[in-house]
Order: sequence, then C-alpha cells, then structure tokens
Amino acid sequence: MSFKDWFREDRLPHIFCTGCGNGTVINCTLEAVEEMGWIRDTTVFISGIGCSSRAPGYITTDSLHTTHGRALAFATGVKLANPRLNVVVFTGDGDLAAIGGNHFIHACRRNIDITVVCMNNMIYGMTGGQGSPCTPPGAISTTTPYGMCEPVFDLSALAVTAGANYVARWTSYHVTELTKAIKVGLDTPGFSFIEAMVQCPTAYGRRNKLRQVSDMVTYLKTHALLLQKKQRMEEEGETVPADMFAVGEFVRRDRPAMGVLK
Amino acid sequence: MTKIEFMQGNTACAEAALAAGCRFFGGYPITPSTEIAEHMARRLPKMDGVFVQMEDEIGSIASVIGASWTGARAMTATSGPGFSLMMENIGYAVMTETPCVIVNIQRGGPSTGQPTMAAQGDMLQCRFGSHGDYGTIALCPASVQEMYDLTVKAFNLADRFRIPVFVMSDEVVGHMRERIEIPDTVTVVPRRPLEKGTLPFTAGADGVPGFPEFGKGYGVHVTGLTHDERGYPEATDPALHAALVERLVRKVEDARHEIADVTLTQPDAEIVFITYGPPTRTVRQVLHDNPEKAFGHLQLRIVWPFPEDVLGAFPHARAFIVPEMNFGQIAREIERHTCVPVKSVPKLGGELHTPDELLAVAEALR
Ligand SMILES: Cc1ncc(C[n+]2csc(CCOP(=O)(O)OP(=O)(O)O)c2C)c(N)n1
Ligand code: SF4
Repeated sequence: MSFKDWFREDRLPHIFCTGCGNGTVINCTLEAVEEMGWIRDTTVFISGIGCSSRAPGYITTDSLHTTHGRALAFATGVKLANPRLNVVVFTGDGDLAAIGGNHFIHACRRNIDITVVCMNNMIYGMTGGQGSPCTPPGAISTTTPYGMCEPVFDLSALAVTAGANYVARWTSYHVTELTKAIKVGLDTPGFSFIEAMVQCPTAYGRRNKLRQVSDMVTYLKTHALLLQKKQRMEEEGETVPADMFAVGEFVRRDRPAMGVLK
Repeated sequence: MTKIEFMQGNTACAEAALAAGCRFFGGYPITPSTEIAEHMARRLPKMDGVFVQMEDEIGSIASVIGASWTGARAMTATSGPGFSLMMENIGYAVMTETPCVIVNIQRGGPSTGQPTMAAQGDMLQCRFGSHGDYGTIALCPASVQEMYDLTVKAFNLADRFRIPVFVMSDEVVGHMRERIEIPDTVTVVPRRPLEKGTLPFTAGADGVPGFPEFGKGYGVHVTGLTHDERGYPEATDPALHAALVERLVRKVEDARHEIADVTLTQPDAEIVFITYGPPTRTVRQVLHDNPEKAFGHLQLRIVWPFPEDVLGAFPHARAFIVPEMNFGQIAREIERHTCVPVKSVPKLGGELHTPDELLAVAEALR
C-alpha cells in the first residue's frame, strides 16, 4: 500500500495515544480499500465524534467528520444522493451504540450500501474513560467506579437482527482476518458492519489492570473465540465463559439494498 | 407563460423547491408540515430525485447536509418539536458552511403544544437556537404565492451564502388554499464552485468560500470542529476561532441590505404597522378599510438578517405597532434599532389578530 496516496502527512502528528488500536484498524481499512481498487476521488469517509471518529481527518479523500452519533444519517444522505461514491463510516462503540443507536438500527434495516467499521474499545475514549454500552460487567470506568453493572450491547448481533447484509467481528490482533473482512464488506452490496475490538490503553487499560499496551492486545486475543468453536462448544453443552466474545463472520446475505448503483 | 393554480401553501412550497432544482428531501412526518413531505415523496422519484423518510428529525437534517455535499439542492420540512431536534446539526451546517433549506411550518409551542394551530413562536429559535454565534437567513411568507416565491429564493440564498436557510412559515399559510401564479421557469443561481488551487475554506471578498463538491477530486475534509482554511481541525487557537466565527456572522450580517425583502406602504405615516407572515394579511385589511387614517405598513418577507435601515424609511413615525403570533419576539429586535416607541401586540392561541383588535390599538395611540 502506498501511504502517501491515502494519508494526509501534513496533519501529523496525529491525536491517537501511543499504543492506541485505532491506527491498526485505519491501516487495515485502507489496505482493503486499495485491494478493492477504489480511488481517492470517488471514496468518501464519514464519521461521528470520538477518538475513532477522528480517522477520516487523516485520509486524503473527501471526508465528513459530523456530530456525535449521527454519522450514519449523514452517510445515508451522501450515498442516496450520489450512489457513485463509495462510502465508508468510521465510528466508536459510544458513537454508534449509545447516542447513535437508532440511526444504526435503521441504516441496517434500510440495508444502505455503505461499510461501517466500528472501533469498539469498550469505553468512551475521547472524553476520558466513561462507561459505554459496550463496557463489560465489572469493568472500571470514571462513571462506573464500582464496576459496570449494566449488560453489554452485542453490536454485531444487533446488526444481524436489524438486517445488515454482511456482519463480522475481529480484533486489532487479527489484522489479516480484519483486513479480509473489511474487504468483503466493501465488496458486498448493502450494509456491511465490521466490528473491530481495539485496545485503549489510556482510558480503559489503565483502570482495568491492563496497563501495558500488550496486556490489552493479549486480552483481546485470549478473549476472542472463533465463532465456529463457540458454536461447537454450545452444541456439546460446554459453557462459554461469560467474558469471551465471538469473532468471525456472522452473516453474509443478499437482502434488497438501498443506494446500490444500478 | 405563467400557470394559474389554486393551491395549498405546503404544496406550493414543495412545487417551488422542485422548480428551484431541489432533488433531495429527507424528512419525518409532523403536523402541520407533513403535506410537504408527502408531495415530495410523490414527485421526487419521478424526477430522478431522492425522497427518504428518516428515523427522526436529527437524521433528516443530517441526511440533507450529507446530500448537499454531493452537490444536490436539498431540503427538509418540519414543525416545532422536529425543529428543536434539528438544532445541533443546524449548527453543524453553519460551521461547515453547507447550503440547505429548512422549512418550519410553525405551530403553537412550547413542547407538543398545539399541533394544528398556527404560531410564530420559533422566530428567535431560528436565529439563536443552535449553540455558538452565527448569522442566519429566515424568510416569512404571508400568502401561498409568497410561499412559492420565497422557497425558490431560499435555495438561491442558501447556495449564495453557504448556510442553512429557514422558510419560517406557519399553519395558516401552510394549510391555506389560494390562487397562485406559477412561472414557467424560476431564477436559479447555483453554488460557486471552489477554484482549483484555492484552499477549501478560504473565503472570497464576500466572506463565502467556493464549494468543493464531493466526488470531484477536491479531497476536502469537512468538520464541525473549528478549522483552518485547509479544513483541518484547529480547535485551540483563540485567534483562528474568533476569525472563523466572525466571518460566519459577518458574511450574512454585512449583506443584510442586499438580502432584505420588504414592502413599504405609506412612508409618511405617523402610525406604522410592522409585520411578517400572517398578521400581514390582517394589517392589509385594516389599511384597506380605513384609508382616511393613513396608517403605514412595513412587511418584512425576510426577518433575519434584520434589515434595520428600513425603519428609517418612515421618518414621521410616532409609533410602530408589531402584531405577532408569539409573545413579542421581533418587537424586541425592532426596539433595539429605533427611538420610535414600539407597541408589541402579541397573540397566542393559534388565531389571527382581527382587524378590529389592531384598529383599536392604533386608535389608542393617536
Ligand atoms: C451531543 C454530544 N454529546 C456528548 C459529546 C461528548 N463526547 C465526545 S466523544 C464522546 C464519546 C466517544 O466515545 P466512542 O464513540 O466510544 O469513541 P472513542 O473516543 O472511544 O473512540 C462523547 C460523549 C458530544 N461531542 N456531543
Ligand atoms: S484515549 Fe484510547 S481510544 Fe483515544 S486515542 Fe487514546 S488510546 Fe486511543
């Protein structure tokens, strides 16, 4: 991949903390975009608000850094008004699942032809580490000082149920799989949702005994359970540990989609 | 050749938008604006345009802003509760200088209020409703014909100044049926494209930058954060923020006399009515019924930016009477610009002022 073509070098240094997982996901996404043969002039990156949503600002294409939670509604307008544009949305777990939850459900239902890459760091990073709908039970954040007492939102399961054509989850450890999944998402007509579990050493790791960057990457690696293995365990009556999450491809289908170039 | 029709205000608004080249409508149903969305839903797909019913008004205005960046003329229509929901993204359109048209068919508020009754209660909200400082344009039709003409004008002003423009109508004009003349073609002044080699947010002499449409190779970064002329976030430089916000205010405020759209009646009058929207009709009746009393009348078809200089067009005025279907929102703005005593005549509840009510106010001031 030629970085010069895609990155705004004049915007360096970037705002991401040392060891943040977002950079890996941006790299995987651009790798997939390039493998698709997409060009700068007809590719648009759109995002909401958060650390993850800063990604489009470092990319040389046209890009829309919008308001907190609303990226998908903006993207709906861009894609429907000009289906010739390839639209990719970067978002975070708070941006997508909390304030933007309703837009997420309806973008999946409409099955609008865009690809969404969600960097799920299980926390509100940009505002300094408050609990999000994806903060695991018991985890410490600045607004859950005694441990998170609400259940976690399974974003990929929601996307499947609401009607997305392609849904996959990987982590920042699984770069090859993640890149492949994003590419399949870009290639699939309709709504594609790729959830990338990422480390946030600053706002999450620090408070949850995962101080070193490698601690949190190891956490993601060891808590990711291949979907097929999870299903086998369930069939055989084995208990799947509550703190593990499935990775892999959850759905690939061909529901009628909106905004597909005819 | 013009066509004569008998048409509802909301339909006239939708037809005017189509005539002005609007090809994207994102909306959410709400009384008393819904007929605009319904009309667009019927017409747009047959004109190679897009109609989308979004999940709420936050999404509606977001989709409109997104569509605008692809170069489309785009609009939404709503009423009080939906207008309140749109405020954050209206600020985003201001900050990113995104042209779009927002129609507010006003009803009685606060809150759900009076869904089927007219009001003018959102006149300050459209000026100041989103956080931060900015300039804005608001047009107020008093008839179905004006609804048509001002909606066309709204699109041209939005593209000219690169701002969200408000058509601040109300239930009375939105639902009234009247004879209108529809011209064969309307004047369309398109957006000025960004010249290659110019930074995307470098403004021209008029304070307005050229438009870098998505998909045309500009590679523009658009953000609601305070940004430099490249469009890059630069949120902690006090001077840069001050200069940007000052430009956003001034590009509109400094052009207020170019933008102004008023009708003056009887400039040498001593007692002068000032109106916008439906009270205009009542005042016309008062003037018509009492020619011997020589009342003056100033109709504002564009309320924001407020054209304060036109107040000077009534040099003998002893009193300005301002009937409004709110608690006196624009009366206060008028007071700010004149030494002539201002008599606010608020009317809440959804009914128009009657000619007798207004005549009595004028007689008491004689
Ligand atoms: C309407 C609104 N409410 C609150 C905020 C403050 N805010 C900024 S980023 C953020 C959370 C971001 O969390 P997430 O989406 O998970 O992204 P991350 O920073 O973790 O990548 C919040 C609450 C805002 N910008 N706008
Ligand atoms: S706070 Fe977390 S998510 Fe944000 S840049 Fe730092 S490490 Fe990344």
